[in-house]
Amino acid sequence: MSAAEQALATADAVPLSRRGPAPKRVVAGYGFWLFLLSDIVIFAALFAAYAVLSGEAAGGPTAAALFDKRHVLIETACLLASSVTCGFGSLAVQSGDRNSTYFWMAITFILGVAFLSLEVSEFSHMLSIGAGPSRSAFLSAFFTLVGTHGLHVTIGLCWLIVMLLQVATLGFQPMVSRRFFCFGLFWHALDIVWIGVFTIVYLGAHL
Amino acid sequence: MSTEIEAQGVAPGANVHSHATHRSYLIGLSYAVVLTLASFWASSTDVVYAPGVPILLGVLAIAQMGIHLVFFLHISSAPDQTNNVLALAFGIFVVGLLVFGSMIIMANLNHNMMPMDQLMQMQR
Repeated sequence: MSAAEQALATADAVPLSRRGPAPKRVVAGYGFWLFLLSDIVIFAALFAAYAVLSGEAAGGPTAAALFDKRHVLIETACLLASSVTCGFGSLAVQSGDRNSTYFWMAITFILGVAFLSLEVSEFSHMLSIGAGPSRSAFLSAFFTLVGTHGLHVTIGLCWLIVMLLQVATLGFQPMVSRRFFCFGLFWHALDIVWIGVFTIVYLGAHL
Repeated sequence: MSTEIEAQGVAPGANVHSHATHRSYLIGLSYAVVLTLASFWASSTDVVYAPGVPILLGVLAIAQMGIHLVFFLHISSAPDQTNNVLALAFGIFVVGLLVFGSMIIMANLNHNMMPMDQLMQMQR
């Protein structure tokens, strides 16, 4: 190969207009990244509503009286651990290792279910003591924000089941590993949103 | 394959430079655990000057979000990540505008609002 050909083979030498479309994995990942950012903008609107309304308890139970910090710490631990096992699962998908994909993704699923059941038990306790979303503006904002996050986790868990079924039936085709890759981004993004939730909603309540 | 990807940028979380390893996830986990425990500690301690606690919690939360972005989503300042970082910057801009804008406007309205009992008297 001559020096000129070698220069053309490097990324910088090819003009942008001649490079052709990006690989599908890059396009899919970038598109999903844009979706995630717009999803986070939705959460920002709900965070803004909560920040404005968190003091308006209308004579009902206040944030400080309702939230149990240890409960939230366990929820946070579940979600953080599931984020890491999801990362290990994505590495297993990339190396095409079926058994460790099943193993790590099953642990991710179990931790996600543990998080959700803790959240559902918290919600049902609040409803049973009359602190439902219709009690005050503060509780409406709380249930909308935390409930939307819980809904995302639920959707993520359904998505994870579908992905495991696709690995079982289709194997590690490029299509399947692309989808798994997007699932990993989704799951990590949910963990980032949860950092905002536990800081602003749960820890902010006790200040 | 790898030069083809680098010519077009990489997807967020992609590991062309093989920085997505078990080790990077474990490093991220240890940072995240320390920051989480620090913020739970900070919210219930008397050691920190009380009016400074909300700022401390904010700093810890933003630091942990950064840790998640770098070690779990593998966002970096590499040249092939420019698209991802630009989109992220725009996302952060919109989030900041929404949250702080709403809070400032509502606090200002609240401040200018006549106390409720006076308002009631005027309507009589």
